[in-house]
Order: sequence, then C-alpha cells, then structure tokens
Amino acid sequence: MMTERLRTHLLPVAVMALAVLALWYAGALWLNAPQVLDGFARAHTDHWTLSEFARQAFSQKRPILPTPDQIASEMVQSLTGYPVTHVRNLLFHTAVTAGSALTGFGMGVVLGILLAIGIVQVKTLESSLLPWVITSQTIPVLAIAPMVVVILGNIGFSGLLPKAVISMYLCFFPITIGMVKGLRSADPLSLDLMRTYSANGQQTFWLLRLPSALPYLFTSLKIAVAASVVGAIVAELPTGGQAGLGARLLSGSYYGQTVQIWSALVMSALLSVSLVWLIGLMERFVVTGKRGGTR
Amino acid sequence: MQAPLPPVPPPQTVPPAAIARTIVDARNVTLTYQTADKPVYALSDVSLKINKGDFISLIGPSGCGKTTLMRTIADLEQPTSGEIIVNGMTPEAARLKRAYGYVFQAPALYPWRSVERNVTLPLEIMGMPAAERQQRARDHLEMVGLAGFEKKFPWQLSGGMQQRVSIARALAFEPDLLLMDEPFGALDEITRDHLNLQLTRLWLQTQKTCIFVTHSIAEAVFLSTRIVVMSPRPGKILDVIDCEQHLPRERTLDIRETPEFAHIAQRVREGLMEGHSYDD
Repeated sequence: MMTERLRTHLLPVAVMALAVLALWYAGALWLNAPQVLDGFARAHTDHWTLSEFARQAFSQKRPILPTPDQIASEMVQSLTGYPVTHVRNLLFHTAVTAGSALTGFGMGVVLGILLAIGIVQVKTLESSLLPWVITSQTIPVLAIAPMVVVILGNIGFSGLLPKAVISMYLCFFPITIGMVKGLRSADPLSLDLMRTYSANGQQTFWLLRLPSALPYLFTSLKIAVAASVVGAIVAELPTGGQAGLGARLLSGSYYGQTVQIWSALVMSALLSVSLVWLIGLMERFVVTGKRGGTR
Repeated sequence: MQAPLPPVPPPQTVPPAAIARTIVDARNVTLTYQTADKPVYALSDVSLKINKGDFISLIGPSGCGKTTLMRTIADLEQPTSGEIIVNGMTPEAARLKRAYGYVFQAPALYPWRSVERNVTLPLEIMGMPAAERQQRARDHLEMVGLAGFEKKFPWQLSGGMQQRVSIARALAFEPDLLLMDEPFGALDEITRDHLNLQLTRLWLQTQKTCIFVTHSIAEAVFLSTRIVVMSPRPGKILDVIDCEQHLPRERTLDIRETPEFAHIAQRVREGLMEGHSYDD
C-alpha cells in the first residue's frame, strides 16, 4: 500500500523535481561561465579545476542565473533576518502585493459576474457589450497600466486603488467568459423541468442556472486569481512604488541584483499558488455533489 | 329572524356522472416544425380523449411524434393547429397551475442536490414550508421504494434508482396527471420489469391519470388501460386498443403469459406494421 503510493505518486514527483534542479544548475554553470572565466583571467589563475569552476559559477554575487540554493538562502535571510514590517522582509512586500491583488480580484469577481449575468439575461448585451469585453483584453496590460495610474492619480486616487483596478482589469475577463458559459450550461431537459413547474425567471436562475454555473465559475476564479497577482505586480512597476513584489523586481533590476529578482519571482509564484489552492479549497465546500455523469 | 336560505348552487365538484371525466382532450392537433430546408410534419390531425384514471400508452417507432404529442399536452410545444384541453384549461393554464408531473427520458436530477432535495425542488418553487416539503419528499421516496436514500447524491444511485427519484419528484406535488416519456427506455430488462410492476401498483394506489410513451410492446400492454398506436411522419394515430376489456386493472407479471396478453400484443404489432414501422 505504502510502496504503491510511493511508486505511483512520490516517485514521479521526486524525479521531476530533481530533473528541474539538475537543469537549473546546469543552466547556471553555462550562463555564469563567462563571468567566472573573466574572474579567473583577472586574477591570473591559469590552472583551475572543474570543481573550483563550478563552485565559482554557483556563488557569483551577481550571477546571470542564480542557483536555487542562492535564492533559498536569500529568501531565508530576508524572511527571518528582519521583522515582517521591515522593507527588507519579502513577506512585507508580498503582503502589499497580495493586498492590491485581492482587492482587484474582489472587484473583478463582482464586475465579471455582473457582466456575465447581463450578457446572459439581456439578449442585446451579447452583441453590444461582449465585443468591448474582448477588445479590452487585446490591449497589453503593460500598455494600459501606466495610463490607469496617471488617470486615477489625476483624480486623486493613489496607492492601493490604481493597482487594484489593474488587477481587476485582468481578472474580470476569464470570470465573465466562464460565467457566461456556465450560466448557459444547464441542459435543455433541466430547463424543461423548470418550465413544467412553471418556475419564474428568478427561480430558474437561482435554482438551476447559478448552481450549474458554479464549476465553471471556480475554474475561472483560479485563472483570475493568478492573473490578479500578475496585474498587481505589473501595476507596481510604473508607480515606482517603494513596496510590493513589483517594486522589489524593479529595484533588483536597477542594481543588477539578480538574486533579489529571483527571490521576488519565487515569492510571487508561491503567492499565486497559495491563492489558487485557497480557491480550490473553497470550491470543495461550495460545489457539492459530484458533477457530471448524471443527468 | 332568518331569511330562507337561497337555494344552494349545485357544487361544481364531481357530479357522479363525471367520474369518467375527460382529463386530456386533443382535437385535430397538427404540429409542423419549420426547418431550414423543408417543413417537418411531426403531428398530423391527432384527436384523442383521455379519461381520469386512464393509463394510456403511446407506442410507435422513433420519430412518430409520440414524444411531441406529450410535450404538446405539457405546453412544452405549441400545436400549429387544432386544440388541446388539459383539465378543462389550455395546456398553458394547466402548466401554470402545475396540473401535471413530467418524467423525462433521462432522470434529469440536479447533481448538486441530494436525493431528498431533488424531490423537494418543485415544492420549493411552489413555496411550501420546509418541514412539510421534507415530509412529502420522505413519503414519496418511500412510495417508490427509496426510503433511506434521502441524503445520497444522484451519482451514488443506479440508473433505475435515479429514474425512481425522478418519479417521486413528479409525484411530490400531487398532480392529477402524470406524463412519462420513455422513463425506463435506458434501463435493462430486469430493472424495467421491476419498475413496471412498481409503477402499475403506484398508479392503482394513487388513482392518477398516466400518459406513457414507450417503444416496447410488452411494456405498453402490461401497463395500459388503452394503447394508442402511432405511425411515423407525419405522426398519426393508427389504432386505439382498449386493454381493459381483456385484462384486469390490477396486474402481475404473470399476465404476460396469458393468451389475452398475447392477443393484444399481436394487435399492437399489426397496427405498427400497418404504419410501415418495420420498413427498412
């Protein structure tokens, strides 16, 4: 039983993780090689061993590609070396980014669901509103983020709100699309059933359309919450903010602190993964019964 | 001092002669679908009277309009011409008054609701108090032999059990008329026999009027008081066979071995053949 689980579950996971790590270290060796050779040349070290070369390649101060252990030790130092409220603590920056991402996500959920309900319930909105919704997503967020910051700043909003608006901008789209599909997913038989009960539009919505849309909604929410983190980070770049993972990425690239950049990247990935996981947890409580297979 | 009471108007309910009153009256019903290339004649000049307490089977090959006829009675389709009266009203008024329960080919249970909450669904829509609808659901689940399955979800039940839940759901709000569209079509023969037996008992016990669509001759003969044989496009009534003259109302599976049963089955088969149902 235990060995079976080991074989079918843990083994592939471990093999994959090891493969990624091996590739990463190989990449670091290859990409940092010019720097190392340069260093050897400057120190007039003509005779060096392969292990010496590797040790150098894996411990550059500003490597082209930092190694996982460099990133890990930078993160541990940042997370444990300073109080959580300190600007050098990554958790502080993560909290700032998570705050605006989640605010934007909340706004995006409300907007996305309302748009979907509108599109499904009002026939003319599908042809008049949906093209705008789709067009909005063809504009790169990098192009629109500075505009949003400038416009909102001009009418007196700064700080969290502009960032949340950019997160919302990325969020609402998958939610609208998923929810429109979900609200239309009720099968004709179930709709006929509602008709035989002479249920009104509202009853059909709450008792049939909404529950059948929930699995679609949660799939969209997972995409949207990950997008909201991207939105928040992108929004932190043009604001030149002092706090947030985006600000951390920006200052890292100003000073060529690649280890700092990668730590912030890993942190944002961890943030997204935990948010997606949280949505999955919510899904298990909200979406009752096993879907599919029965009609 | 009391004024003499005015004469009481005769009550509108059940004068004795109206025991066999007509529940469904279809007169010259024609239904044509407009499709892209050519019109499809689903029903052509169908007239049929169904009395209270009848068990009517509509039998015919696929595409003969038997489901369409039933959907028209249920106001899920509208006839192109002709008239249908359900319970003395138009089908729409009857639907709005929830005069009938409909059992579809598939159970159409809502997978996010437990068995019990599937059965209470129509009661919720009608605005029945929670305690009462729970009691109703329990009663009707017991009636279809599913007591103890209240908290299960549809996917935990077999196909036959799911279809019984859908029958309980159709019975739960106690309509006079039960419309069943090939409810056992997807089930194996053993389950089907069992459910047929259960259904005929249920029908006797509840005194409902049933309209039942099927392809199975044996099923139709076993269950019905009258069998309506239909021909394929355009859907027409070929024959109406009265089974009650030959078979008792209360039936067991053994009656399928009797000569009367075989005789009626033979007549149904002849009717279907006459409509060229066995072509190709």
